[in-house]
Amino acid sequence: MGRPIRIKALQTGSHGLTTNTLLALLLGLPILAGVAGIILPAFGYLPALGGLRFTLSHFAELAGQPHILRSSLTGLTTGLATTCAAVAITGTFVAGFAGMPAFSRIQHLVSPLLAVPHAAAAFALAFLVAPSGFLVRLVSPELTGFTRPPQWLIPNDPVGLSMVAGLITKEVPFLFLIALAALPQLPLRQSRQLTAALGYGRLSGFLISLWPALYRRIRLAVFAVLVYSVSVVDVAIILGPQLPATLPVRIAQWTADHDLGARFLASAAALLQLAVVLAAVVIWLLIERLGRFGLARLTYSGRRLRNDGVPRLVSAFVMAACAALIFLGIAILGVWSIAGLWPFPNALPAKLTSQTWLRTLPQLWPALQTTIALALTAAALALLSAILLLHRNGADRGGNGPRYRLLYLPLLLPEISFVFGLQILFVSGGIKPAFGSVLAVHFLFVLPYVLLSLSAPWRELDPRFERIAAGFGRSALQILLTVRLPLLFRACLTAFAVGFSVSVSLYLPTLLIGAGRLTTIATEAVALSSGGDRRVIGVYALVQASLPFLAFLIASLAPQLLFRNRRAMRT
Amino acid sequence: MQQIAKTRPLTLADVTIRLAERTLLAVSATVMPGEVLTIMGPSGSGKSALLAFAGGFLDPAFDASGRLLIGKVDVTDIPANRRHAGILFQDPLLFPHLSVGGNIVFAIPPSIKGHNARRALAGQALDEVGLAGFFDRDPETLSGGQKARVALQRVLVSAPHFLLLDEPFSKLDAALRQQMRELVFSRAKAAGLPAILVTHDSADAEAAGGRVIEIGGEEKA
Repeated sequence: MGRPIRIKALQTGSHGLTTNTLLALLLGLPILAGVAGIILPAFGYLPALGGLRFTLSHFAELAGQPHILRSSLTGLTTGLATTCAAVAITGTFVAGFAGMPAFSRIQHLVSPLLAVPHAAAAFALAFLVAPSGFLVRLVSPELTGFTRPPQWLIPNDPVGLSMVAGLITKEVPFLFLIALAALPQLPLRQSRQLTAALGYGRLSGFLISLWPALYRRIRLAVFAVLVYSVSVVDVAIILGPQLPATLPVRIAQWTADHDLGARFLASAAALLQLAVVLAAVVIWLLIERLGRFGLARLTYSGRRLRNDGVPRLVSAFVMAACAALIFLGIAILGVWSIAGLWPFPNALPAKLTSQTWLRTLPQLWPALQTTIALALTAAALALLSAILLLHRNGADRGGNGPRYRLLYLPLLLPEISFVFGLQILFVSGGIKPAFGSVLAVHFLFVLPYVLLSLSAPWRELDPRFERIAAGFGRSALQILLTVRLPLLFRACLTAFAVGFSVSVSLYLPTLLIGAGRLTTIATEAVALSSGGDRRVIGVYALVQASLPFLAFLIASLAPQLLFRNRRAMRT
Repeated sequence: MQQIAKTRPLTLADVTIRLAERTLLAVSATVMPGEVLTIMGPSGSGKSALLAFAGGFLDPAFDASGRLLIGKVDVTDIPANRRHAGILFQDPLLFPHLSVGGNIVFAIPPSIKGHNARRALAGQALDEVGLAGFFDRDPETLSGGQKARVALQRVLVSAPHFLLLDEPFSKLDAALRQQMRELVFSRAKAAGLPAILVTHDSADAEAAGGRVIEIGGEEKA
């Protein structure tokens, strides 16, 4: 009779630190510190700026700001509208098309959108839909009779519709790819066959049999979309309402105020933004409840809803339109950057010139260098951390266990609140804005995406390769370096490119922590938006949009070159 | 040292493997050097779990009790990478990022030092199975039979203390299968290695020529 034993092969190190504790240290501490960093100043306590007494006067000052309620509400409603639309579009499309040939075609069209930075996508949309934008020019003056741009408030309409549209083009691909990763865990084919045999339409069949399980798996991502859209700054500056702008935009303006006293006001406002996000989450929970109720009604009614062709086609059309709009918009950005004279109703410029590029490049160069240096180091550090975390603890087995939920922490709190708190902490601690501090904050946002990207291939690698190597007496570290990492070379490069793209698109963290001393393409491009020189904006936005594509291009070409004599490594 | 280590018997002492309170199998046996013990059973009977137990990589979902001995040394709690288990799976699993020769060099114990010596040994191992001149080839360009032979030589050069064979012939076509059976069993015998073969093919058991333990079929409490 032997005692029961449990053997974990290739496990190294002690079990003192679990993944969760490690992640909590890496991500949780700075974020909680950031939130704490706004609470004290909001109540007047910030010794570095001479605030030594607790007071509510900053909230009174905040309440006295013109249109503060309206600013808070537009942020809230645009965020909720974006999330509702993104979930509805993604859900309808997945329900209508998963497992069909059209699905993978649209998937290929939509996936690259994820790499387009938010600011570049917003500019692309703005250049299309503005009164003097490409779409109006295309039909003017023939259809519209316009010989000069109409006086529409688009983009920057007061209700925030163009902002919602801009956010949807980015959030739909994000939710779609998360749903795509969750789909293989669901019994798609069997459920489809079963519900079809019972006479259900494709949409209703999917909704009844699979949607609850799918939604549970993408729920955290949905909340990330909600929090992001309610608190977004860069897209709101480019496409959102002005006078009053949304609350996050106004907070960003106050944090940049030359009067350092405005930091107290901004802290109070950041706390208000936290409350707005909380309200959005509560409202979303109610919407979820309504959805569950509606789905239950549908289920028990037994209605088959076989004629669902229209909603299915609409969802496919919107998915394709997201991609078409952004890529057309990016092309227009490119045209603007080389446009000479381009009078209004003309669809294309009368003359092309390299003047704008030649004039802009010298001033763009330092920001580009900073952008690339930040993105490379942040992505490299995040990839290294992700490899260490996965090596210590193995990939999350079910793909959805509670293990890596903490990953979403930086995505579930409003950037404007906790990053601003970090800025205050840095200032209080006498830390000058520098490459290192901006890098640290980039790392917080890059790591979750890199870990998400790497954990699926990590989990899927055939474990027998490592068992064979262990049989040869190789240590866990040797196996990692000589077997696992070479076999996952392509996946590591892809994760690196994902991290690089995230860093390139980070606007607010760079703005707040860099405090104007460290500028990147993202901060420069958004800063240009108020000036309205479309040619220069075209250059910046095009450079920003092409950086991620370059990263992904290199990630897909490098294995071809390095392993050109190893057929199995190239695909 | 290696030679002495190789020729010790392998003992499964009262090995019982359970999954969720259900006993999958219970085995007690000593496998002499050069002998092949065959474990026969349908899929899901836990025979692969037995190999995983012996190799040191049993999934923690299983509960295992009993001891594994090499000679008189209890290796039950020794981690996989210090057990010197030579494993052949259904697939050859050549490392796709290394050359054919690189796969073999990778397996040679570190005690054999010097780039040239290791390379020469690998070349010799390829030579033995009719693959001379294949050193720099991409494993992906080899035929199924060639891959299987490289996988066998890779295990043998690693100087294992015992062999674990996890249905290594099941994916080969009929003609090749008979050939590989003869090659594997004769070389295991020549190296004086105790081996455990799990399979559901009685022809494998026949070719192995050793004792056969059948498992599964009946439920044990």
